This record gives sequence, C-alpha cells and structure tokens, in this order.
Amino acid sequence: MTATINKPARFSGVNSGAKRKVDTQLRRKLGISAYILFVLVPIYWLLNMSFKSNEEILGGLSLWPQNFTLDNYAVIFSDPSWYMGYVNSMTYVSLNVIITLLVALPAAYAFSRYKFTGDKHLFFWLLTNRMAPPAVFLLPFFQLYSSVGLFDTHLAVALAHCLFNVPLAVWILEGFMSGVPREIDETAYIDGYSFHKFFLKIFLPLIRSGIGVTAFFCFMFSWVELLLARTLTSVEAKPIAAIMTRTVGATGIDWGVLAAAGVLTIIPGLLVIWFVRNHVAKGFALGRV
Amino acid sequence: MSLTLQNVTRIVDGEYHLDDVNLMLEPGSFNVLLGRTLAGKTSLMRLMAGLDKPSEGRVLMNGVDVTGVPVQQRNISMVYQQFINYPNWTVFENIASPLRLAKVAEPEIKKRVKETAEMLHIEQFLERRPLELSGGQQQRTAMARALVKDASLILFDEPLVNLDYKLREELRQEIRELLKARNSIAVYASTEPNEALALGGKTTLLHEGKVIQHGSSSEVYRYPVNVDAAELFSEPPINLIRGFVSDTEVTFDSTVHFPLNQDIRGLKPGDYYFGMRPSHIGLVPHNDDDLEVSVRVELAEISGSETFMHVKNEHFNLVLQLSGVHEYHTDTPIKVYLPTHKLFVFGLDGQMLQAPGRLYQGGYHG
Repeated sequence: MTATINKPARFSGVNSGAKRKVDTQLRRKLGISAYILFVLVPIYWLLNMSFKSNEEILGGLSLWPQNFTLDNYAVIFSDPSWYMGYVNSMTYVSLNVIITLLVALPAAYAFSRYKFTGDKHLFFWLLTNRMAPPAVFLLPFFQLYSSVGLFDTHLAVALAHCLFNVPLAVWILEGFMSGVPREIDETAYIDGYSFHKFFLKIFLPLIRSGIGVTAFFCFMFSWVELLLARTLTSVEAKPIAAIMTRTVGATGIDWGVLAAAGVLTIIPGLLVIWFVRNHVAKGFALGRV
Repeated sequence: MSLTLQNVTRIVDGEYHLDDVNLMLEPGSFNVLLGRTLAGKTSLMRLMAGLDKPSEGRVLMNGVDVTGVPVQQRNISMVYQQFINYPNWTVFENIASPLRLAKVAEPEIKKRVKETAEMLHIEQFLERRPLELSGGQQQRTAMARALVKDASLILFDEPLVNLDYKLREELRQEIRELLKARNSIAVYASTEPNEALALGGKTTLLHEGKVIQHGSSSEVYRYPVNVDAAELFSEPPINLIRGFVSDTEVTFDSTVHFPLNQDIRGLKPGDYYFGMRPSHIGLVPHNDDDLEVSVRVELAEISGSETFMHVKNEHFNLVLQLSGVHEYHTDTPIKVYLPTHKLFVFGLDGQMLQAPGRLYQGGYHG
C-alpha cells in the first residue's frame, strides 16, 4: 500500500502531491468516522441505558453509567414472560427459515434449470407477493388460523412469514443456482449420479453461500416483523418484539429492562450477519453478480 | 460396442436442430464431427449421450434400442468445451467420482485415478481444487474423469476451443494417443477442418442439422460429395467458379478459356461449378497448362506461417493459401495461376461429379 502511494510523489519530485493525497485520505477518514459515530450513537445509547438504573436514566444526562448495574439483564433472564419471548421468536424464525428453504430450493432449481409454460410470469408473480404490506394479510391469516386451531402457535407465525420469505428465497437462490453451469448437472448424471444424490452431494454444497445468504434474509425479515407476529399470537408464542411494546406497567415504563431487551434482540442479528458477511452483497443483488 | 442412429430428428420450438440423421459408428473408431457453429454438433452429441431425446428416430447401442434410456445407465463420458469439474472437490475426487458411483473398491480407485492422472500429466495436482489450476490442467482433469471409467462412448464437445494454440496441439495429440488403446467409440466435435485432419480417424460432416458425409477423414477431404462438404472441409473455404464446358474447352465465367484436359474430358457439355483449393492456386506456375489470371490484391492476412490472400478482378473473387509470410499492399496488381489439373467439378445442384485424382483411381462415373 505505502509503496504505491509513495511512488508517484518520488517520481514527480514535488512533495505537494503527496501532501494533498494525505489530506484527502484524512478527510475521507474523518467523514467515515463521523458517519459511523452518527449511526452508532443510538445503539450506544441503548447499551448505555441497559446498564443504568431507572432513576439514573430519568435523572439526567450521563454519557456512561454512573452506577453500573446488570439488574436489568437479570430481570430478563429470570422472568419467563421476558425470556420466553426470545425462545418464541427464535422458534418461529428457525421454523420459518427451515420451511422456506425446503420449499424454495426445489422451486428455485426448477426456475433456473427448466423451461415450462408461464415460467417467467410465475417467477415475476412470486416477487409481487412481496409488494403488498403485511397488514393486508392480517385479517385473512387471523381468521384462517383461528378457525383451524393454529392461532397462537409458532407454526402460525412461521407459515405467515413464508408468504414473504419464500418468494424472496426463490429469487435469491435462483440467482445463485444459475451461476452454476448446467453442464455440472449433466456431468454428474453422466458419472452416474441420480438426481437426488446429485442435488444433495454436489449441487447444495456448490451454492452453500447462497443458502446462507437466503437464510439470513429470511431471518432478517422474520426476526424484525412485528405486525403479523403480534396479531397471530397471544400468550404461548408471543415474540420478544411484541413483549417489548407492552411494558408499560403500573409503575410506568421500565426503561432499563426495555433497553436490556433491546440489546439482547440485536445480538442474534449480529451473529447471523457475521457468518454471511462475505456473501451478503451478492444476496442483495439476488445472487446475480 | 457400435452406435447407430436411425432417422434421428430433433425439433426444438418448431426448429429443426437435427434432420433425419443416419449414422453408424464402429467400435473403437475415432469420429470427428465437423460442422460450423449451430450445425447441430452439440445436439447430436447430447442425443448420443442420452441427455436429450430425439423427436423422431432411434438410437441403438450394439443393436439394442437405448432411445429412452437415461444417461446414468448408458456408460458414456463427455468432455465439454467449458472446463466442467466439481469445484468444491479435489482433483482426485473429481476423477474418482464415476468410480465411486460404480462402487469400485478403494485401492482400485486409488490405482486407476493415479494411472489416469499420470497419463494426462496432472498427478502432482491431485490434492488441489480445479479452480486453482490453469485452464489446460482443468480440462485435463475433466478428460481424466471421462477416461477413468471404461465408457463405451466418449464424447468430446469442442474440448480444446478455450485453450491456447500450443496447448491445443499438445492435447489433441494426447487425446489421439490415449484413445488408440481403447475399444470405445470416440466422438469429437470440431469446427476446424485442420483439427479433423490432424486427428485422423473418421469424419462426419454436419451441415444445418444434416449429415452430409461420413467416412475416413482423408477420403472425405479428398472427395467431398457436394459443394457444402467441400466448403466445410476447407479452411479457408474452397474457391468456386462457374464455368461452361464445351466439346473442346472450358470457359470460366465467360472470360478465361482452357482446353479440356484428360481429367475432365468425361464431362458432358454444359454449365458446372469448378472448385479450387486455396492451396492449389499459386503465384508462380507449377504446370505448363496452369491458367494465368490477372487480379488485384484485396487483403493479405497472415495466419501463423501462412498467408491467406484474397484477390479479385471483375470476374473472379479468389482466396489463396500461401506458405510463408507474404506482404502485399491492397490493390497491387499480381498474376495468379489456377491449376487446371486439380479441379473439383460440381453440378449446378451442388453434387460432386469429379475430384482431382479420382480418374486415375477408379474412373469417372456420373
């Protein structure tokens, strides 16, 4: 790096060029730092609050906890009505990711490999499923799931989220699958693989980053989505996000516990994105890079 | 193992990709499938492999109808133009893959993979992954996978197109050597006439979905059945001149005359097409009765150590293939000499009537 930066300056024999370069670099760094600071402030503030007592939070401005406490976290980890929220959310999110992948993998393979009547229209129609806001589906889902006894189950939320995740998953996976030359499929058949064996042993490993990215996008939607998750559950499968919105008790709002819950809600997202960090950009382009 | 195609036709979306192909490939033969892009070479190979089904007709293996048999049960192997390997497996696992599925014992797999890798000079890369290798080595891996099992039919779909010139020649030679010892049928698709000649064996000429000629490569080269075959099997394409034959002489394009010589004395008076190989036209006369024509240079392109010279005058538009590098400026007036002894004669319908040298070998019949 340094060698390439120094070279032009040495050749030109003038120092101002190098200096200007350093200036632009400095300015760029400053700009980025300012932006990151700006983005991170709310998250820092949340973290800050989660280690404070309610008195301190309401007492006045302090940039870091004056009386550092883990009580807020203790509340969450000891009270089932809090920690079950996480368990519920995780359950239906995982369930949703699994169902989505099981459905979307064969569908995406069909779209990427076969020609059939109306394939292009069907493919586009899938994406239009995402164009309606979730609120549109509140009533039908609520009524349907109530009448078949799915109301307030993890499966209800997982299935409802599939409506939005399956199309997206098909689109992303199709992109990744089309990046694998068809000749690889044929070579496998020529070698003697049956379709199933080929799909599991050769094809899936080839698109594993695509599967990871798809799972991440499904997670992201399902973990964050509040409206359907809250409406389709009451007690048994109530998600953490819904619990966080209903914490106004007789004593007012429990700021510290809420902040701690917020911090804990961010962590799974952080973990998931860490695993797919190298492939996410390709996922945003629906696998078509 | 013999492979027979009977009246095979393949129609995709109303378009004929293959039109009534009849072909019989003998056991142990090396067959070059020569045709331009979109002639149907790949379609034909996919049918032979069983990757596609013919719309009409039958495919017979050793006399047994295998038209509907899936590719897994056919014991074939195929090498593609692109370097197709399983990217997430090592070269060893890539080559071993067909053996693994055939449930060959592990020590036997090790032995055969090693042998095949050695034949193709990739034994030092067995632990690497295909994408860490150069293009030539990747294609060698694909070939090793094709050769490691005892396939009764081995298909090469323009396997060397994506490689550089030197590597191409080297691998071409190796393919020929490797297949000599086998009793399997090899089919090799190519667009280049020179490749077909270099590989020897048999050549099948494919033109717009039809097989126009099948026979030993040199035979097909020397005696093309019609104009299409002659054009296909000549690089640069053969020169065609329309001419008139009278009782005593031949007239090219109503301008140049020469007396009927013994080669073409058998022709009835009338109109014909005369074909001349670009390599047979010279800048100096080779024979007393060569025909001198004044032309102007249009373009001289140098290809390797040869020069393809395009020349024209108001009547003729010719290509010459000259050995060595010749540089000419456009519009330079020169004289070229047409060989009256080395003429291919075609009827106006394109059928070949007369090839140079044929008279001495068996006489003219037509």
